Amino acid sequence: MLWRTLLREFVKTRLVRHSSTLKTFFDETGQSGLVLKSTSTDIFENLALEDWIHDRVDLQNRSVLFLWRNTPAVVVGRHQNPWHECNLPLVRRRGIPLARRRSGGGTVFHDLGNVNITFFTSKKKYDRRRNLGVVTGALTDLSPGLNVSATERFDIVLDGGYKVSGTAAKLGRTSAYHHCTLLCCADRTLLSSVLKSPYQGIKSNATPSVPSPVKNLLDEDPRLDPSAVMEAVAARYNVEFGFDGPLVTVDPSVEALMPGVNKMAADLKSWEWVYGKTPKFSITLPFVAEGAEIVLDMDVKDGTIEKCLLDIPHDWLPAGTVDELCSALAGVRFCPKEVAVAVTAFMRTTLQGPDLTRKTHSLYENVVSVM
Amino acid sequence: MAALITVRGSFSFMRRLVSLQRLQKYCKSKFQTAYLVYAPYAYSASALYQHRHFRTSYAATRPVLQFKLSDIGEGIMEVTVKEWYVKEGDRVSQFDSICEVQSDKASVTITSRYDGIIRKLYYDIDSIALVGSPLVDIETDGAQELPPEEDVMETPAVSQEEHTHQEIKGHKTQATPAVRRLAMENNIKLSEVIGTGKDGRILKEDILNFLASQTGAILPPSPFQEIQPPPPGPAAARAPIAKTKEKRAPSSMPTPITSRPVFTGKDRTEPLKGFNKAMVKTMTAALKIPHFGYNDEVDLTQLVQLRSELKEVAESRGVKLSYMPFFIKAASLGLLHFPVLNASVDEACQNITYKAAHNIGLAMDTPQGLLVPNVKNVQMLSVFDIAVELNRLQTLGSSGQLGTADLTGGTFTLSNIGSIGGTYAKPMILPPEVAIGALGKMQVLPRFNEKDEVVKAHIMNLSWSADHRIIDGATMSRFSNLWRSYLENPAVMVLDLK
Repeated sequence: MLWRTLLREFVKTRLVRHSSTLKTFFDETGQSGLVLKSTSTDIFENLALEDWIHDRVDLQNRSVLFLWRNTPAVVVGRHQNPWHECNLPLVRRRGIPLARRRSGGGTVFHDLGNVNITFFTSKKKYDRRRNLGVVTGALTDLSPGLNVSATERFDIVLDGGYKVSGTAAKLGRTSAYHHCTLLCCADRTLLSSVLKSPYQGIKSNATPSVPSPVKNLLDEDPRLDPSAVMEAVAARYNVEFGFDGPLVTVDPSVEALMPGVNKMAADLKSWEWVYGKTPKFSITLPFVAEGAEIVLDMDVKDGTIEKCLLDIPHDWLPAGTVDELCSALAGVRFCPKEVAVAVTAFMRTTLQGPDLTRKTHSLYENVVSVM
Repeated sequence: MAALITVRGSFSFMRRLVSLQRLQKYCKSKFQTAYLVYAPYAYSASALYQHRHFRTSYAATRPVLQFKLSDIGEGIMEVTVKEWYVKEGDRVSQFDSICEVQSDKASVTITSRYDGIIRKLYYDIDSIALVGSPLVDIETDGAQELPPEEDVMETPAVSQEEHTHQEIKGHKTQATPAVRRLAMENNIKLSEVIGTGKDGRILKEDILNFLASQTGAILPPSPFQEIQPPPPGPAAARAPIAKTKEKRAPSSMPTPITSRPVFTGKDRTEPLKGFNKAMVKTMTAALKIPHFGYNDEVDLTQLVQLRSELKEVAESRGVKLSYMPFFIKAASLGLLHFPVLNASVDEACQNITYKAAHNIGLAMDTPQGLLVPNVKNVQMLSVFDIAVELNRLQTLGSSGQLGTADLTGGTFTLSNIGSIGGTYAKPMILPPEVAIGALGKMQVLPRFNEKDEVVKAHIMNLSWSADHRIIDGATMSRFSNLWRSYLENPAVMVLDLK
């Protein structure tokens, strides 16, 4: 035990001083199993580190366990529709960042009471069930008699019905990773309000999330706080796979250690990734404006309005104006900022008269309410 | 093989000819590169009138290989195709991503096994693909060997680098054939280049960056000078190739100067969307207005003094006070005397509407581009109220939350381009307004005062543009003088404040 602690300290300082990158550190330790823990709680930095390890580290003869936590963030799966999956106005108002991860699966809410665990292996050694066995084993190590088990959908449920963990995975050419969340003491009220979309009328083939009742592990047993859980998972991982690697802490923003990681984080933050990668969808919204019943129909591809149709009562607006407004919106991102600018330019160049101005304002308000 | 026809029409020759034709007819090899056909009427008697006909054909020489969806693992038999990264006709290299498929919460990136051109995509987005069935057809170059079913690690091209006297031991450098060729042409050792691609693979950009860093280090070849081999890249490049052993080039042999880095920059065309499209629309409409410009300068020495006194008061009330609230209020006071500057004309310029409210717009440079929100009803607001409103608009603008309510309805605009730089400008009127002012930067310049002494003055340049159809130079000039008088002597502004 003392030797292991000394080794850990020795290894940690070695990491900072002698190695040039994280990859060479891995090569030099010669260990076949390593446990990494992130010092950052920024969702984008941590996701970027996941990508970096997946792309740059040779995982043919080595496996890595990565433990991380984030400040409040909403993370949608690779092929999901953020408008459909979460309450975007609430997310924006609260300043909660929205991220899209590269693995599949459903939408989750992260906060500091949620532990994220990523298992990096070669493609051949990819085995989600075994990984989840490590997690449930660790939990029962800490709290014997805890009723946790993994389902066939790779969730972990507590007491038979409450979901405490969801899973997602990403497979590349030669390596793969499987990550899962673990609810220790997350803010459940915020979680449920954030993950409920107010938008009706969205039609798409994006992967839908399957909502389930959740529970916090800490409510069940006070020994199950995030730090204890992370340590237990690391220990159980070493036991299960027969590794003896040190626990290494990593700061995902250090470019020198992981060349290219900051660009990966910037790519993950970009609008083109977070919103632009939404699979094609259409939205139909009926509303009432200035006493008229109107139906808005939009087709959105790559996060950009492809086609926009406004079904308005006869003569409420001159016909030419409606067509011009719709064509002004085509090619504009499905985003309130850009729509504001497009409608402003439209109003400057075409509209006259306070009546028309008021009606266009009201149309704009309604259109933007779904973004 | 030239179609050399001899006059000797021997029997054996004819027999060989016939058998060759038969061979061509029945040959079904896909890997032929070229073959020739004898034109029948070339069998002339005289050598002088020979017609040599070559017909080369590439029929069925480029093999089209089916790339099948390989096993994902965990006994998964079918996946959903979620996104294509390529389309028919695209060129791909080995290991480029082709598509993204999803199966039961796992997202899988499928990479190409061959170099070539995509000829057919077998599935649409959201359709189910079966493991083992063809995913795409790739037309390869034919000279390429068919790699085995397992994904292979490439072996280093040692034979091509003999001239650099180097051995690579142990580590396999990954790079596509095109990249290796580029390295070879430029006499670069692949082991010295840091790979920034997947699994440390060396990309074309890495070679170019390496070249750019080398051109300063190569000494001109000279028989008497000790030639240094190119210095290694940053230490990090060495580490992954820890087992590499090199022999230094002998000093008596001059290293040839590396050829110029190849400029691979390409023009990039993209459609104008969103912000840019809106700008195009607005400015095209602005061009229809005949502009005239009127420039002047204003001495803000007294205003600078006043603002420095008031700044703390404003901050104690929680508001940042800049010069803009003063400029805006002075403009509104001026517009009371010259209402034609706060007007609007219709499309055909038949009617003019004198707007009652002074909604003064403020050009704002945001991360997305130029936005012009306006402060409503300045005629009713005090300088402090304007400062509060400006703070609000600035916060919204920087967080991208400005809506059409703030962005439309302006009647007059001021652009503080001087906060970034510049003296005189030529601003474009934003329709449906008829006038605009651009304020340059504030400079400390020497000026003569009434006692003919040279004093320090805070001078700012201003440039007005107005619609010459309804506004003349005299009107603009008088408005400008009035505006200047309010700012040069703020006490007068207090007198006229409404």
